[in-house]
Amino acid sequence: MGYPHPPHPKEMPLLSQHFGDTGARSYEGWVKRGGYEGLRKALGMTPEQVIEEVKTSGLRGRGGAGFPTGLKWSFMPKNSGKPHYLCCNADESEPGTFKDREILRWTPHQLLEGCAIAAYAIGAERCYIYIRGEFTTEHKILVEAVAEAYRHGVLGGNVLGSGRRIDVVVHRGAGAYICGEETALINSIEGKRGNPRIKPPFPAQAGLFGMPTTVNNVETLAAVPHIILRGGAWYQALSRGNPKSTGTKLFSVCGHVQKPGNYEVVMGTPMRDLIFEMCGGMRPGRTLKAVIPGGSSVPILTAEEAEDCLLDYEGIAAKGSMLGSGGMIVMDDSTDLVYQIMRLARFYAHESCAQCTQCREGTAWTTRILERILAGQGKPEDLDLLLDLADNMTGKTICVLSDSCAAPVVSGIKKFRAEFEAYLSKRTRPAAVAV
Amino acid sequence: MRAGVDPGHQRDTEPVEQYQPVFVGEPRRRLEALFEQYPTKQACLLPALWMVQEARGWIPEQAIGEVAEVLGLTPAYVRGVVTFYTMYHTHPVGKYFIQVCTTSPCNICGAEEVVKAFLQHTGCGELGATSPDGRFTVIEVECLGACGFATPVLINDDFIEGVTPERVPGLLQGYK
Repeated sequence: MGYPHPPHPKEMPLLSQHFGDTGARSYEGWVKRGGYEGLRKALGMTPEQVIEEVKTSGLRGRGGAGFPTGLKWSFMPKNSGKPHYLCCNADESEPGTFKDREILRWTPHQLLEGCAIAAYAIGAERCYIYIRGEFTTEHKILVEAVAEAYRHGVLGGNVLGSGRRIDVVVHRGAGAYICGEETALINSIEGKRGNPRIKPPFPAQAGLFGMPTTVNNVETLAAVPHIILRGGAWYQALSRGNPKSTGTKLFSVCGHVQKPGNYEVVMGTPMRDLIFEMCGGMRPGRTLKAVIPGGSSVPILTAEEAEDCLLDYEGIAAKGSMLGSGGMIVMDDSTDLVYQIMRLARFYAHESCAQCTQCREGTAWTTRILERILAGQGKPEDLDLLLDLADNMTGKTICVLSDSCAAPVVSGIKKFRAEFEAYLSKRTRPAAVAV
Repeated sequence: MRAGVDPGHQRDTEPVEQYQPVFVGEPRRRLEALFEQYPTKQACLLPALWMVQEARGWIPEQAIGEVAEVLGLTPAYVRGVVTFYTMYHTHPVGKYFIQVCTTSPCNICGAEEVVKAFLQHTGCGELGATSPDGRFTVIEVECLGACGFATPVLINDDFIEGVTPERVPGLLQGYK
């Protein structure tokens, strides 16, 4: 299916080094490739030392928020006397993002090793891996890998002979983007509707089943064995001189590039190298129009901004957007941005859990207004109305789904206003009959 | 109360359609094994609903009552959870349930043409409708998480990447 591609010289395959190698999928194959040595090393350290090593590495959450992983782990209480839980977020559903899926399907033991190390570090005996329901193939692969890990004593009551217990349970979602939000994910495991919770309390205080809980993304956990094995300082040095963004990152590139796929690069790599060299640039005769760099929930970048952007947390923030999950949607000059922004708004309207008024109403109204603009029934004041709605949807709700819907709308109108106005000027029917 | 019968919806005088419970024998044992993996029975709700859907193809109203009973929940609560998650079917669907991703990344790569091809070649005609032969139901789905392999399509549990309108007739040959 055109994947995996041979690594590009500008890539640095660390997590992805065995993508496409079916031999790496089994327990034996993983061990043959040096697997579970990181876990063995971690078990010889104290949990505090493991956390310190991860802090040194500078690893930040790869699911979207970019929170420092070691710091997050250190928030877990010590000697609480309660069960602690680790949740692995494999509910990858952010439009444009398909990196965790590759980790799951090619190297499930890489993830399990990371889960076991993290569980050890935070004092958890049980880890729930929450995998989205649509990942049918990856679910089967993961369940098989967990069974293998138990058979070989990597999981269970005596992990690698250490006397420690670490259990892993694979929990399958059932179709809800919002369950990628950590507290919605927790509710979903508890057998509830996937409504995000008000924070505080944060999961480290009261998370899954009311107990201290850490939620980490697949890619974050998959990086951990490498950090433990080769040292936090080694990982920290993988950057282009920015100590706040370290290590490698998987970027999922999709849309109008010649070679879409997952590319693993050192943080700080120029975006133009990724799009125009690694991904082969645009189709013949087409030019770059816009990039949504971090999954659909972040502001859109113009071609000019994208061509001068560094791929790390600060580099993308400097251009007014976010690194997010690293899911890059590349659009060429054939794209009707107004239509695509409407599709994104429709996505968020469909996925809103409907708990907060601003989100439930805001995502639906944003979609309807964009639909009427596209249908030639827009009103002259609609762009201001969309911006006003977006303002009411930003920073006012329990989770950021509402903000995520507003981001492409606001940045789209700001940067591509003429395209919206072109639809408004083509108005075909009196506004009075519009929605 | 008999398993699976929600007393709020049935009166003694009405004929009760025979409902075969899902959680007897082997499925019951599988469910009870799950109880060991979670500190509450409620947490087994999503897995239990998946077991129902695997057995019946959808989640009938009586199954909601049965799940509620085996997990110590109310039918209203279970119904609330079932309707939250889009992958649980609350009505029967075709033998092959086809989900085509049409969110932006796939959309700009031609996903809507793939949807049209499926609607045409399955005989479904419109989204959400089941074909006259009962074989197919086609829906548009939001982001399947395989954006680099546009257009991904899920046919029951088969995840198929890189579907184009031209591939659709051949693909459907595999689903009789």
